[in-house]
Amino acid sequence: MIENRPWSRLLSHLILIIGVFIVALPVWVALVGSTQPEGSFNSGSIPLWFGDQGVQNWAHVLFAEAGSTLQIPVWHLLLNSLVMALGITIGKIAISIISAYAIVFFRFPFRSAIFWVIFMTLMLPVEVRIVPTYQVIANLDMLNSYSGLILPLIASATATFLFRQCFMSIPGELVEAARIDGAGPIRFFFDILLPMSRTNIAALFVIMFIYGWNQYLWPLIITTDDTYYTLVMSIKSMLSVPDGDIQWNYVMVTTLLAMLPPVAVVVGMQKLFVKGLVDAEK
Amino acid sequence: MSVYFPQKKLPYLLVLPQLVITAIFFLWPAGQAVLQAFYREDAFGLSQQFVGLENFVDLFQDPLYYKSMVVTMVFSFSVAFLGIAVALWLAVMADRVIRGRMVYQTLLVWPYAVAPALAGVLWWILFDPNIGPVALFLDRIGLHWNHFLNGDQAMILVVISATWKQISYNFLFFLAGLQAIPRSLIEAAAIDGASSFKRFWDIVFPLLSPTTFFLLVVNLVYAFFETFGVIDTTTQGGPDGSTNTLVYKVFKDGFIGLDSGGSAAQSIVLMAIVGLMTVIQFRFIERKVQY
Repeated sequence: MIENRPWSRLLSHLILIIGVFIVALPVWVALVGSTQPEGSFNSGSIPLWFGDQGVQNWAHVLFAEAGSTLQIPVWHLLLNSLVMALGITIGKIAISIISAYAIVFFRFPFRSAIFWVIFMTLMLPVEVRIVPTYQVIANLDMLNSYSGLILPLIASATATFLFRQCFMSIPGELVEAARIDGAGPIRFFFDILLPMSRTNIAALFVIMFIYGWNQYLWPLIITTDDTYYTLVMSIKSMLSVPDGDIQWNYVMVTTLLAMLPPVAVVVGMQKLFVKGLVDAEK
Repeated sequence: MSVYFPQKKLPYLLVLPQLVITAIFFLWPAGQAVLQAFYREDAFGLSQQFVGLENFVDLFQDPLYYKSMVVTMVFSFSVAFLGIAVALWLAVMADRVIRGRMVYQTLLVWPYAVAPALAGVLWWILFDPNIGPVALFLDRIGLHWNHFLNGDQAMILVVISATWKQISYNFLFFLAGLQAIPRSLIEAAAIDGASSFKRFWDIVFPLLSPTTFFLLVVNLVYAFFETFGVIDTTTQGGPDGSTNTLVYKVFKDGFIGLDSGGSAAQSIVLMAIVGLMTVIQFRFIERKVQY
């Protein structure tokens, strides 16, 4: 620091602590609320300290049923979310790494046209073409299925760009050396390229996992059978109770459970997460 | 790269999976949207009639569409502005402290991982007129809070929910930007007698302008297209359309109103907006605003 003023540093700490506190406030309230008995929300306010129903509430939501409108335990939804998130992540990385490989290491007719087609997917997020995409899925008979949840979301221009960028920085001599040693393109890909892009793959994995886990609109419109519900979208059916009698304590448990896996990933792999975030926006 | 593999068929095989997915799930529906925008379906979905540009004419004569545009603008710029301002302030503070920077980063970064839909639920609970502690606190100091009836309050609620998780993102980029500014520049200004306030506005802020501009575009894109969950779990566009953004309106008109032609016409307009924003993002960020 230029001037060493203890009070100004103290002020900085104070403002940061207030910021951290405000950012954490909604989660704190939900955490406290999730330990309350059902009736405690009718009395006019949310209690601000823990109740004694924590274990019962969490166990009920996880293993019995998520709420009165959702007669399915949350562990099942958790599993669906995991299948969807991993399917999207692995699918995206797999198809974009091989297409980036083709675009960088081969020369073939229509190469740039293909690149532009992939680029166009950036301009067509699900949100803007929602009705026709639903109709396509309905025509393909993929409503209420894991493939319907996963496949439409695995085309990714971002991942393809990232791998292209990363591959273009690899010196041509490496390819030459591999060819002189008799390695074909498949061998080069598995023995040299994949090990070299390990950190990039890991960083992208973190970002894509969060993206896949947090999908909301897509599962909402293509699943009507609650055995295919994902955790994040199921919150909607817990909130839209006909007579407005929402089971707040169960809603809070479900919300916390739904945000826990991606938050754990971000906190646990912060370095990779930051790298993935910065790379993905380059 | 100047050395390539000589195979002729292999590269096609490698790009095939991505092309197939793109064609089936992106190009086909986008084409359908273009077609549907020129047709009108009857209420039972039994017959279609070619109507030319009528869907677009209807759309641009619909006062509700203009209202939704204004709502989207107010929402998006509020989210972008609030998110950038708060994150910049926190990042400047974090850049100033010597110890604990990483701790603060960890404590501020996790909301990025929370789905927009869940962020909506969390803040919805805090502001619920019956049980929310913040709403009850506001009531006590004389500000009657009820986002079920008051459109402006509903807007404030969705802006806060949507901004919350974006602060993490902006904070990371600002902190990285701040740490890339050479210390010698700031030292020189300090020797010349510039106060810390003046140093910030005359040196630090201009040097951060590429980051700020980049974040502005990213935040606008986020507010436009990725906040469906926030609105659907909270206000569902209401009360009286006061939080009905363009993306939410496409969904509502298509799935609840069953007006496929009108919804498709809105999709086309949105695709044009995304296209424009993508071009801006690539054009200007590659060149970067520099001093």
